[in-house]
Amino acid sequence: MSINSNALGSNKLKKRASLTDTNLLLIITIAVFVVMYICAVVFLKKGFTKPQMFFNILNENASLLVLSCGMTLVMITGGIDISVGQVTSLVCMACAVHLEKNGGNVFTSILIALGIGLAFGIVQGFLVAYLEFQPFIVTLAGLFFAKGMTTIVCSDRVAVTFEPFVKLCRTEITVPFMGSVNKKGIYIPAYVEVGVIVALVVVILLFCLLRWTKLGRNFYAVGGNNQSANMLGINVKLTKFLAHVLCGLCAGIGGYLFFLHACSGSPLHAQGAEMNAIASSIIGGTLLSGGVGNIIGTLFGVLSLSTIKNIVTSLGLEDAWWTNITVGVMLCIFLLVQSVILARKNNKKK
Amino acid sequence: MTSTASTEKPRLSAKEVFGKIFHNQLFIPLVALVLLVVFNLATDPGFFKVSLEPNSSGNLVLSGNLITMIDYASELVILAIGMTLVTSASGGQDISVGATIAIAGSTILRIVKTQSPDISGGQFAGMIIVSFLLCVFVSALFGAFNGALVAFFKIQPMVATLILFTAGRSIAAWINNNDNISINDKRFGYFGNFIPGIPVPTPVFITILCLIVIALVLKFTNLRLYSQSVGINASSSRLNGINPKMIKLLTFVILGICVAVCGFIKVSRTSSITYSVIANNIEMDAILAVALGGNSLGGGKFNLTASVIGAYVIQFLTTTLYKFKEIDSSSISAYKAVVVILLIIISSPFVRKLFDDFKNKREAAKAEALAGKENT
Repeated sequence: MSINSNALGSNKLKKRASLTDTNLLLIITIAVFVVMYICAVVFLKKGFTKPQMFFNILNENASLLVLSCGMTLVMITGGIDISVGQVTSLVCMACAVHLEKNGGNVFTSILIALGIGLAFGIVQGFLVAYLEFQPFIVTLAGLFFAKGMTTIVCSDRVAVTFEPFVKLCRTEITVPFMGSVNKKGIYIPAYVEVGVIVALVVVILLFCLLRWTKLGRNFYAVGGNNQSANMLGINVKLTKFLAHVLCGLCAGIGGYLFFLHACSGSPLHAQGAEMNAIASSIIGGTLLSGGVGNIIGTLFGVLSLSTIKNIVTSLGLEDAWWTNITVGVMLCIFLLVQSVILARKNNKKK
Repeated sequence: MTSTASTEKPRLSAKEVFGKIFHNQLFIPLVALVLLVVFNLATDPGFFKVSLEPNSSGNLVLSGNLITMIDYASELVILAIGMTLVTSASGGQDISVGATIAIAGSTILRIVKTQSPDISGGQFAGMIIVSFLLCVFVSALFGAFNGALVAFFKIQPMVATLILFTAGRSIAAWINNNDNISINDKRFGYFGNFIPGIPVPTPVFITILCLIVIALVLKFTNLRLYSQSVGINASSSRLNGINPKMIKLLTFVILGICVAVCGFIKVSRTSSITYSVIANNIEMDAILAVALGGNSLGGGKFNLTASVIGAYVIQFLTTTLYKFKEIDSSSISAYKAVVVILLIIISSPFVRKLFDDFKNKREAAKAEALAGKENT
């Protein structure tokens, strides 16, 4: 970069450099997922050849997908929200108790889920954006609050037997042309659950939000550089607040999707989901320093994470600790890659 | 701060003294402590009764809420020491301490379980020392892992430690093949409970020892100065000849050693280990102890005394909440979160600024009124 180049030119150069980095992270993520899945298909075979395996991954991780998308929004603005896992647990428990013990209906249970998520989002967003507390501390307190509230609502597992809801849980939406033939020669159609559709809709909406709306671009601006965003006339506090509110809302939706999949409420639900969500976002190329991130990347982050979990399980290492260790190792590797890319970016700037 | 100011200006008005005290870092934790004491005395006058009673193994020991509180605060206090240093130097917190405590405890048990319970005292002491040293080594290694990620790869501390937070308990289980171990040797329990003949719980002594060691280290080395300067401005301290990377790494290793001590006390308390439960949620408490002590969570200046008092306040709060009717251990965190959020809000710079603004406005109004009087 020559000294004589005008400000506009250097700006353009920087922008292009950062975009390539973003794309690079995204490409790495997608490549990792594809390679991993192909390896699983070639070497493991057990079920990985069937399309249904892929749909099962989606079915199991619909809620994680929504949680991770919310997390990505907050991380783009430079914050973090670690309360989402326990909020999920709280939503499950509250909805289960509402349906089972208080005789509620499906519609009100959805309202409860969204309400809980929004409440957490608004309170945490207010504390983070307007009172300027560290997001980690605020959401850590939120995590423990939700954890405690779950046991206060009910300390045992509550299975839901409410007829319309169970029907909704069991609804299988057939995916055309993706079925497989079992040993007896009977054609079994591939299916996804209702939750997957909702999750995909959320993904598309958030993708559009980030790419084409003013608010979405503001998220990037605030995360990229707080002060310059402020000087550009962006309401930084409001933007951060809205990111947390959206994340809370996502936690509410994700919680309800988890509830749909599990069909019960328990204090042990969604343990460590926040870590999985953060890991998915990081694997998906969201930079922790804020300003860089992509919903599509997050989608592939979730897929990679759940595929590796499935591979670990099908390798016969069924003990729960192996999954945690692999997730930890994977997180470590991606963090290192990010760190190297960031260092390269900083060098370029100089 | 108060003492130096008062020597310079011997005659301070009561208001100024109050202002000095209010802005002292020890103010918030001490007030919280006093509030808790008053609250407990009001609800139960016998709360602080300490008596000498024989325990289950027939030794005369001190018992009572106060002793239990100080005893169980030991791990938290030791952790708060390391956490304060890490916070100061790196501007972030280590959230993997609970998981690394599990690893440390698991390492100790791995060695101790191989010994038969009827070895002589000398051999037993040797074994304990060896296992403890190994545990310190392992914990310091994990601390160095976290520290390396933070210092050399410039990853935010909380996210770097997220790795061990996720995988730590699994590693702990893996060290011992997920076996449920319990040590039958009574002598192993001495370190977490009571040594026969001494009525004070052993962890209290260990805590005092740790506090003395860290006080000496801070007194005779430049650790305090260096970590504060790295926390305030890493690049300018590098220009002044301090290696910020090594300092950050060092604070994480020190935290690792603190974790090893905590792990040792924890497994000794029960002579067994449950990988998923041991030291559960302790990271939250340790961070809160630092925050409550009025230390900036963004790094820089720190006050270790305030953190230690903060740790005792947190444990006091837990004990008080437990005493409150039928709160069970898992829902306690909800109440704690509320109390803690309130405490952080009160001690936040934002609220203090509001308070100062309010005071300034009042003074300005007074001055204006005075000026108005003079004019008339």
